[in-house]
Amino acid sequence: MSLDSKIPSGPLAQKWDQHKFDMKLVNPANRRKYTVLVVGTGLAGASAAASLGELGYNVKSFCIQDSPRRAHSIAAQGGINAAKNYSNDGDSVWRLFYDTIKGGDYRAREANVYRLAQTSVNIIDQCVAQGVPFAREYGGQLDNRSFGGAQVSRTFYARGQTGQQLLLGAYGSMMRQVDQGTVQLFARREMLDLVVIDGKARGIITRNLVTGEIESHAGDAVLLCTGGYGNVYYLSTNAKNSNATAAWRCYKRGAFFGNPCYTQIHPTCIPVSGEYQAKLTLMSESLRNDGRVWVPKNKGDKRSPDQIPEDERDYYLERKYPSFGNLVPRDVASRNAKMVCDEGRGVGESGLSVYLDFRDAIKRLGEDTIRERYGNLFDMYERITGENPYKVPMRIYPAVHYTMGGLWVDYNLQSTIPGLFVLGEANFSDHGANRLGASALMQGLADGYFVIPYTLANYLASNSFSKISTDHAEFITVREGVENLTKKLLSINGKKTVTEFHRELGKIMWDYVGMGRTESGLKHALQEIPKLREEFWKNVLIPNDPQNLNKNLEFAGRVADFLELGELMARDALHRNESCGGHFREEFQTPEGEAQRDDGNFSYVAAWEYTGENKEPVLNKEPLDFENVHVSQRSYK
Amino acid sequence: MARGIMEKKNMTLHLRVWRQKNASAKGKMVDYTVNDVSQDMSFLELLDVLNENLIKKGEDPVEFDNDCREGICGMCSMVINGIAHGPEKGTATCQLHMRKFKDGDTITVEPWRGTAFPPIKDLVVDRSAFDQIMAAGGYTSCRVGAAADANAILVPKDMAEKAMDAAACIGCGACVAACPNGSASLFVAAKVTQFAFLPQGHAERKQRVLNMVHKMDELGFGDCSNHGECEAVCPKEISIKHIAVMRREYFKAAIS
Repeated sequence: MSLDSKIPSGPLAQKWDQHKFDMKLVNPANRRKYTVLVVGTGLAGASAAASLGELGYNVKSFCIQDSPRRAHSIAAQGGINAAKNYSNDGDSVWRLFYDTIKGGDYRAREANVYRLAQTSVNIIDQCVAQGVPFAREYGGQLDNRSFGGAQVSRTFYARGQTGQQLLLGAYGSMMRQVDQGTVQLFARREMLDLVVIDGKARGIITRNLVTGEIESHAGDAVLLCTGGYGNVYYLSTNAKNSNATAAWRCYKRGAFFGNPCYTQIHPTCIPVSGEYQAKLTLMSESLRNDGRVWVPKNKGDKRSPDQIPEDERDYYLERKYPSFGNLVPRDVASRNAKMVCDEGRGVGESGLSVYLDFRDAIKRLGEDTIRERYGNLFDMYERITGENPYKVPMRIYPAVHYTMGGLWVDYNLQSTIPGLFVLGEANFSDHGANRLGASALMQGLADGYFVIPYTLANYLASNSFSKISTDHAEFITVREGVENLTKKLLSINGKKTVTEFHRELGKIMWDYVGMGRTESGLKHALQEIPKLREEFWKNVLIPNDPQNLNKNLEFAGRVADFLELGELMARDALHRNESCGGHFREEFQTPEGEAQRDDGNFSYVAAWEYTGENKEPVLNKEPLDFENVHVSQRSYK
Repeated sequence: MARGIMEKKNMTLHLRVWRQKNASAKGKMVDYTVNDVSQDMSFLELLDVLNENLIKKGEDPVEFDNDCREGICGMCSMVINGIAHGPEKGTATCQLHMRKFKDGDTITVEPWRGTAFPPIKDLVVDRSAFDQIMAAGGYTSCRVGAAADANAILVPKDMAEKAMDAAACIGCGACVAACPNGSASLFVAAKVTQFAFLPQGHAERKQRVLNMVHKMDELGFGDCSNHGECEAVCPKEISIKHIAVMRREYFKAAIS
């Protein structure tokens, strides 16, 4: 199948404006006749539900948590980028666009990224109007800080809780629409399949997580806003309930999966403390504004940090990348942390961590200023580790944080299934092979507030929709499939718990499809994952209570999907014989150990097509054309 | 070997946990023992270990709400030794670590209790009433696309900070669980105050406080009688002063 990205013609800076004019509209009186199913209530889902509700569409919103406000966008800490140039330091839409394309290691679409940079300014306006309490200067204007991969200060923030505040803003707007009757809320519901009728996405099947009831919902379009798949690694900074099931089941219904191997390993997370560990905690990238990353110069130096004199410390990021220093992009910072630990210079009991030291910043600015900037993060660190970061340097290590890959979408955010739109982290579109800090919030809100209202209208106005009820034969078939899957899972009654399988999968993924990937390691993973999957379907043990809240049953379905998705990730990583951004193939590196791209052969989006159970997926390629930026080796030196 | 496990002694802990199969079933406390508990474990990881043991024995695991495990989503919600979110001040259950307990301790674990928070299963309750309160006014009515330039609205730094103090509420409901009256006043006050402190909130200031407070009453939450239990258990340490602000806002709105 040939992939049509539907990128509008014309000069880059005018594409979106021209496209908005060219697209069809839905008359206000007709909007209520359309039902839009929005799955997920993070920044993308809540903002989409709010804006579509305001426009007058009939919106049904679904989330797996007890309230839409709990979606994992809430945990984003550091900030949100916008090309406002309030700091007068040389920022512009073009520069945000350029930084994002470069940060993504030239593996994203120019047109999408430019639109993202353009809408970034509207997002900040919208969020301020909502009463998001962004940090302010004394004169009452908005404050900015800098983030990795940029040399300007364009990041807006609300202490270390920016995601929370933005999400509560979007959630508030959405709840206003609930009050007005345009948005109907379905909490504690998990989407378990997509219903495609006459080639269009026309409904979803959900499980009521409290009663176990399998429910059918019909609509004229489905918006998937279900986040990323970082939890395939078991340990990640994602919330425990974050999962890929909705996206994966859409993949199996015909939506292509774009760049599954592009995973972001975040450099500043609290290191693992034991086998029982259920998840990892991120320490915001903003800490790298004032914290200095270092390890001892000598291998196996077990002295406590305050005993290591200045000339025996290696501030390796400052040494190797003098221009960007501690603020290099995430993939570069993570890889370097792994390199120094592999050299035997890591610190802590396990040797799997590096210092993030605030000693100099405290000396320069005083403890009060540091507390004002990062107090809540320091408190969180101390609660988890029992160590006081004002006195002892933090210890950090990379952890899985975000997935740039996701369902393939065209410029209109539509997947390869007409009527199925994918927003936010769930799609693959804007970050290429590496996402810059403070850009996830921007993308989620851009998609929901400022892109989908236009592109969805165009889809609805350009197509005719027969009236479909949930009694339709296809709904009944898909629903039975979901019910049978639940029965099958519960009938296995084996010996190993879902968590045990998940942890084993995570270990394979981290060891072989993690920060450093090799051909032999990926081939090994491609043998191990199917073996584990086979064992899962013979030996998983799930509490047999389908009619009440049963978290293990929910997790079983998600892990079953991760066991398939993990294999696709390894397959994608193996086929991509180059290093780019977060995808680092050890065979392909520059003499300095940086990612070595192969633009001649791999300047494309890999969009994988499902072909059936136990059949090899088909690789489709969308070539990436760079007409506006000069593609070069990324340098942060 | 992971940090800290070598030198810190692992513990044996006894748990008394509220078990209730569903909303209509009768619940009871059940005793469990968990061995080999690391001091670096979080409280939820302790329950994970207990649940793995129960599943292997063919018993039903203890259901509990949790998600981000970073103290920000507000999903985790249990009363530990009689205190909502447990003994550590300013800490949600997920951020409570076992180093706060001693070897051999007996720990009771119960769900949030309150008329407006009906039980679902074990430690899980229904907090959708909070969403209904938010739908009644927890926002500013600003259409997407209609906003002026962000710096057109000046907000004094100290007011932005005060608004942020209030906005930090994670909506967990510990305030309700701890209140002898089962009041949601701290939750409502946090949102009312955030907008009262910001110019963006002024257009709907009066209607917001009236609607949200009336909705709270209608949903069966009690009134505030200044016990201060809410402030004591709030994982974000939101001050009870916000309730005073809310009351003032309410009076001003009611008499005008």
